[in-house]
Parts: sequence; structure tokens; C-alpha cells
Amino acid sequence: MSTQPDTLELVRASLPRRRARERRLKVIGVSAILFAFAMLATLILSLVSTGYTAFVQSHATLQVFVDPELVRESRLPRGKFDDVLTAAVAEHLPGVDMTDRASRKEVEKILSNGAQYDLRDMVVADPGLIGQTLRITVPLSDPFDQLNKGGIDRDTPEQNRRLNDSQVAMFDTLKAADVISTPINWGLLTNADSRFPELAGLRGALVGSAWALLVCFLISFPLGIGAAIYLEEFAPKNRWSGLIEVNINNLAAVPSVVFGLLALSVFIGWFGLPRSAPLVGGMTLALMTMPTIIIATRAALKAVPPSIREAALGLGASPQQVVFGHVLPLAMPGILTGTIIGLAQALGETAPLLLIGMNAFITSAPEGPMSAATALPTQIFIWADSPERGFASRTSAAILVLLGFLITMNAIAIFMRNKFERKW
Amino acid sequence: MGAIRTDMSALPFLLLLIGAVLAYLVNRQAAAAMRLASEGMHSRPVYHGLYAALSVVVPALIITLLWFFAQGPVVDAMVIRALPTGVLAGLTGDEAGLVLSEIKSLAGGRVFGEPEAWKLAAAEQLVALRQTAGYLLLAILAALAIVVTVLRRLRLRLELRTRQSTERIIYGIMIFCSVVAILTTIGIVAALLFETMKFLQKVPLTEFLFGLNWEPQIPIREGQVAAEGAFGWIPVLLGTLVVTIVALVVAVPTGLFAAIYLNEFAQKRVRAVAKPVLEVLAGVPTVVYGFFAILVIAPAMRRFGDMVGLDIAPNSALAAGAVMGVMLIPFISSFADDAISAVPTSLRDGALALGSTREEAMMKVLFPAAIPGVVGGVLLAVSRAIGETMIVVMAAGLIARLTVNPLDSVTTVTVQIVTLLIGDTSFDNPKTLAAFALGMMLFLVTLGINILALRIVQKYREAYD
Repeated sequence: MSTQPDTLELVRASLPRRRARERRLKVIGVSAILFAFAMLATLILSLVSTGYTAFVQSHATLQVFVDPELVRESRLPRGKFDDVLTAAVAEHLPGVDMTDRASRKEVEKILSNGAQYDLRDMVVADPGLIGQTLRITVPLSDPFDQLNKGGIDRDTPEQNRRLNDSQVAMFDTLKAADVISTPINWGLLTNADSRFPELAGLRGALVGSAWALLVCFLISFPLGIGAAIYLEEFAPKNRWSGLIEVNINNLAAVPSVVFGLLALSVFIGWFGLPRSAPLVGGMTLALMTMPTIIIATRAALKAVPPSIREAALGLGASPQQVVFGHVLPLAMPGILTGTIIGLAQALGETAPLLLIGMNAFITSAPEGPMSAATALPTQIFIWADSPERGFASRTSAAILVLLGFLITMNAIAIFMRNKFERKW
Repeated sequence: MGAIRTDMSALPFLLLLIGAVLAYLVNRQAAAAMRLASEGMHSRPVYHGLYAALSVVVPALIITLLWFFAQGPVVDAMVIRALPTGVLAGLTGDEAGLVLSEIKSLAGGRVFGEPEAWKLAAAEQLVALRQTAGYLLLAILAALAIVVTVLRRLRLRLELRTRQSTERIIYGIMIFCSVVAILTTIGIVAALLFETMKFLQKVPLTEFLFGLNWEPQIPIREGQVAAEGAFGWIPVLLGTLVVTIVALVVAVPTGLFAAIYLNEFAQKRVRAVAKPVLEVLAGVPTVVYGFFAILVIAPAMRRFGDMVGLDIAPNSALAAGAVMGVMLIPFISSFADDAISAVPTSLRDGALALGSTREEAMMKVLFPAAIPGVVGGVLLAVSRAIGETMIVVMAAGLIARLTVNPLDSVTTVTVQIVTLLIGDTSFDNPKTLAAFALGMMLFLVTLGINILALRIVQKYREAYD
């Protein structure tokens, strides 16, 4: 008689405390999720804020008189093209004494080191340009590029700045004379790597990654599908198929750097394949991607209802005709989705490529799968390691390009899943 | 030069393709004609074509691959045999290898200085031999394709059971595909074991396993005192553990509470947005996280350390571990979410029916029941953290210190593997071999953890199914 109200009382008394605990758990849970979101947002914001400047590049548009004194047709492709360009810059800097060696040096540093080669290539292609005045647009060197984009603070004391006061004054004169422009930096995609940040681009890395991914796809796609079909549709349930299955699951969890060791020792050491080649990179990535494709393919095959198989068998098809004629085509969207996701993972993989030497400094795009190359992620690694300031923004820009590719690939995969996958 | 060489290596595959298509077309055509002329053909013409094509492709592919692997050593041996007598006299195996690689780089068109005349001659011979080998392979493949196609065409009969033969070949190909996974594992184990054995010949096992010093410098000249090289992996292991623990301290609570909230309290719409966004964190390449660590996290931590008077190293274990932890959050949260969802709803309903709050149902009933699955997920995350490479290569230190202070700069197993092998490497000095020994330990440890984790997850699943 007296215990019942007591219990109720007890429960009632405990309720505020218990509800407070529930609220606390909710707050902790929300803050855990918000923490993860905040990190993702910081990651993307910091990359965009440091990287967006690399998508434009400061250029100078100059009237260049190709002085026959400095560039002789008989001596092409040699010639003092740098002096020609320096003279063109000096035109716009009336206050600078070009006979003074120190100030002349400062003027020479305004344009990128690669500008003279641009001019040289133009003149070599058409020697008739010698003695004429032409209008060309060439990139500025990294410090001036940074100054133009606001990467150098004018308020820092002169000795801590990369450009001294007279250089800043020169730049302002050029800017006032409307010589400086900042167009979109297509060089970021069309140039190969370079020691000078203002010239460095991703062409070599993009071509290298494309070759490696092609090799990876050509190897892992047929092998993965073949293995998956065998394991899912034909393999007898015995110790062998069990061993293969455990093997594939474990292979998916082996650290990527171990695959790099395998490639270095077997592909390069024993088979004698060349270092830094996209072929070797692609073979290594294929071994890593294969488990992903196998697992995705098996899931897709499993999702095809047994009635399809039974109907085909009932009409007299052989087991292989059932699989290749009916089950596999129906499973194809799922398989392709898994393959694209696997290839996207392979595109971002860095460590094994470092071990096989795909982090070499190469100033031209590879000609084929056997020539030395870098890949997109290893290029990011190389640039992240470079001390020049211009490379910091280029690294972020390269990461944005890589993330762009990954988002595109995953978007295609999601689109295909939604568009083609059938619910039975 | 490069373009010509790639064309040469692509040609056999092109020829193989053409041969296969030809064999297919010829035989299918003939079979189709035969079927029109008379009744009672066993297999459809497609199978006659496929059978012929596979009979060309399978042996031709095997020959081509064997040829590519055998060509290098055979050509090398022929070049060495043809060298003038006496030039290799008194050279050790290593020095003879150097001569050979010099000849190879001459053949590749890279001339340094003024090589001797006999080296130039050998290089020319090498180029010629390679070319001959290439043509020989093409000739063999062409002959094989023609002979097999004609043979199959001549043997074509109405009652030939080519569907069965074709399916048998395809069956064999599929078995080969699944064996590749095993071959990969065997390759990994063999490569690591082989190089580790060589390492252990130079450095005793006890020194490697129990040594407290890791200074993998090798003496540049004989008898150099300063750099003897020390290969005790304990400090490297300790560094790895410090980074892993920091990562887990960040990832485990965040991941678990995120999973608990999403599983029990979040509205459907919140869940539909939050889960994919968390998955994005798992899809970001690790090299990006590494750059994030050196660009944002490490400087921020240093500034914070200055503010509160702590001395935080620029490449501290804290920064690398924290970023790695962020990478692992979705990993843990999705495992925990799956584990909690796998607990039968009757347990949750029972708890709620007895008057517990949702918090009590989750923390006292569901979560304890899900713990085995959660532990499996955490173990897999541990193995991920130990094997993770790019974040630590970019954000952690290079020098091995015997310390457990996360504010200090430490190095990890993966960092050492990468730094020891980056750049030009030869396979015979203890420095590079040490990387393989570390790789072996890494493989064994992660494999052990993975097997344990998968076993826990599976056992637990069976309990409720």
C-alpha cells in the first residue's frame, strides 16, 4: 500500500536528472558531428583561400624590339633574349638607371625566367621577327606575382620582405603604365613541372596519372570481374575458395606502402621494369584496386534475383550462358559504380608511387607508359616540399584540381547508381 | 627514343588482338556457312569463333609475358658474353653490374663523358639485340596466330562440342583471375621475406628487435667513425604508437558519439545529410590531409603552445596524430553505426517498455550489446593508423627519439620506409634493406590486427543472426 507511491515518487524525483543526462548526450553527439564538419570546412576553406590565387597569373604585356645586335639569326637558337626583354621592361621604367649594375639586376628579376624561352621559341619558329617590334605577354617572376596578388605585405619592414622598396616602386610604375594583367592561369594545366613556381604546371602529372589509371583499369577490371564471377557463381564451397576469400579481405586492408615495397622489389628489382614509369605505378595500383572491384562485383552479382538465373537455366542455358548472358549485364551498373569508386581511390593514392620513384623532377610530359613521370598526388607531395612561396598556393591549387577529379568521378558513380540500378 | 620503345612493346599486344579477331571471324564465318548447309550442328557458330580466338590469345599472351620477363636477362647475358676478354677480369659482381648499367644507359642515348670504344660497341649490340628480339617475338606470334586459326578451321566439324571446350577455357581463366589475389599475397610475403633475410645477414635480429637506437646512416668511406649506423626499431615503434594513440584519442570519442547521435537521436533528414558528409572525410586523399597538417594544424598548435607556454615542435606527433584522427572519424562512426543497428530492436523496445529514457536504452543496453562490433571497428582503425603513410611523411619528424611526449617530434615506421627508399636505391646496403625489414614488421602487425578484428566482427554477427 505504501510502496507504490514511494516508487512513483522515486521515479519522479529521478526524472530531471535522467532527462538532463539525455540532453547532455545529445549535445555531445551534436558537437562530435559539428567537430567533424568544422574540420572538413577548415580543410576546404584553407585550401581554397591559399589556392585560388594560383588560378590566375600576373603577366606583363610588352612591346619587344628584337634587337639584331643581341639576337643574330646565324646563332639561333642562342641569343641574348633576356637582354631583349629587360630592355623592353626598362622602356616603362624611365626613372631607373640601366647603366647601374645593381638596378639593372633588379629590372631583370621582374620577368619570369621562362619568358626568354617563350620569346626564343617564337623567334626560332619565325626568324623574320628579328629586327621587328612585337607585342608579347609573358609571366612575371614569383615575387612580383605574389606582390601583384597581395601575397606580400607592403607594411612589413624592408629587410623582412622579399622585394625591396625600389622593386616595389618599379612594380607600381609598371602597374600604373597598364603593363600588368592577371589572366586565368592556363599554364597550371598545360605546363609541365618547373623549378620556378610561376611556370610550374600539372601537365606531366595529369598525363602520368592518366596513363597509370589506364593501366590500372586494364588490369584490375577484367581480373577483378573474373575473380568475382568465379567466387560468387562457380566456386565450390571448400577450403580453397575460403582461403581465396580471406585473402581478398586481408589484401584490402594491407597498408598501401607495403604494396609499394612489393612493386619496388618485384616489378623493378626482379622484372627489371623502369623506375618512375606509369606502367609500374598502374600495375601497383591495380593490385590495390582489385579487392575493391571484386567486393563490389560480388555485391552486384548477389543483388540479381535468383529467379533470373532459374528462368535462364530452365530454358536450357548453360551456367556460363546464364552468367554472361543474363546476370552480368544486369549487374553491370553496380560493377561499374564500384570500379569508378575504386579508380578514384587509386587516383588519390600516393605512398606506393613514392616508393617506385614517381616523385622525380621531370620537366616534360611523359610520352608513354614506360617513360618517367609523376602523378597528381605525388606532384602535390613534391610541391608541398618546395620552399618557394609560390609553390604553397600551387600545392593548394593542385589539390583542388585533384579533389575536382575525385568529386567528378564519385558524382558519375552516384549518378550511374541512381540511374541504372534496378530494384527487384 | 622513348616513343619508339613504347611502340615496340605495344606492338605484340596489337598483333595479338588482330590475330584473335581474325581467328574469331574466320571460324565463325565457316561454322555459319556449315550450319546453313546442313542440320544438326552441336554448338552455335559464335562458340566456334570464340574457341578459335581463345586458342590464339591464351598461348600468345603467355608467350608474350614470358618473353618480356626473360628478354632482359637473356640479352644482358649475351652482351656480357660478347665483351672483349679481360675487361671484366678482377671485377666483383657489383662492379660488373655497374659496367652493364653504364652500357644500358649508353644504349638509351644518355652519354656521360667519353666512354671506351668497347662500351659503345656493346651498347650498339644491345640495341640491335633488343630490336631482333622484338621482331622475333612478332614473327612467332604471327606464325602462332596463323597456324592455330588454320588448324581450328580445318578441324571444324558439325558435331564438334566447342561450347564445352570454350567454357572450360573461360572457367580456367576465371580461376586464374582469383588466384592472382593469392599470388599478390605470396608476392608481398616473398619480397619482404627475401629482403629481410638479406638485412638480417648484416644486422642481427636481436639488435633490430630490441635495439634502442635508430640511425640508419651508412659509413660513406671505410672505417668512418661518426656514422656506424644503428638499426634498433624500438624508438620507431614507440613513435608510431604515440601518433596512433593521439589519432585514436581524437577519432574514437568523436566517431562513437557521432554514431550514437545519428543512430538514436538524429532526425531522418539530419542523418541523410550528415552521413554522406562524414563519408567525404574518408574519401579525401591522405596527401591532402598531410598538406592540411603542415599548412593549418601544426602552425595553429605552435601558436597555441606559445600562448600557454608549451614548447610544441613544428612537426609534433600531436599535429600528425590529430589530423590522422580526423581522417579516421568516419571509419569509426560507420562501424559503430552498423554495430548498433545490428542489435535486435527487441532489446531497445524492451528497455523503453521498462521505462528507461532513450539515453539509458542506448548507453545501458544497445551500446554494451554493440561493443564487440565497435571494438572490431576500432581495431581496424588502429591498423589503418599504423599503416597510414602520407600524413606522417609530411607532418611528422624524421629523427627517431626514444620519447612518449606527443609534443615532441617523433618518427614512424612508414616515415622511415619512405625516407629510406626515396631517391635512387640499390638493393644491397643495409639502409634500403632496413626499410624492407620495417615493412615486414608493419605487414605482420597490421595483418594480425586485421585478422583479429574481422574475427571479432564475424563472431559477434553470428550471435544475433
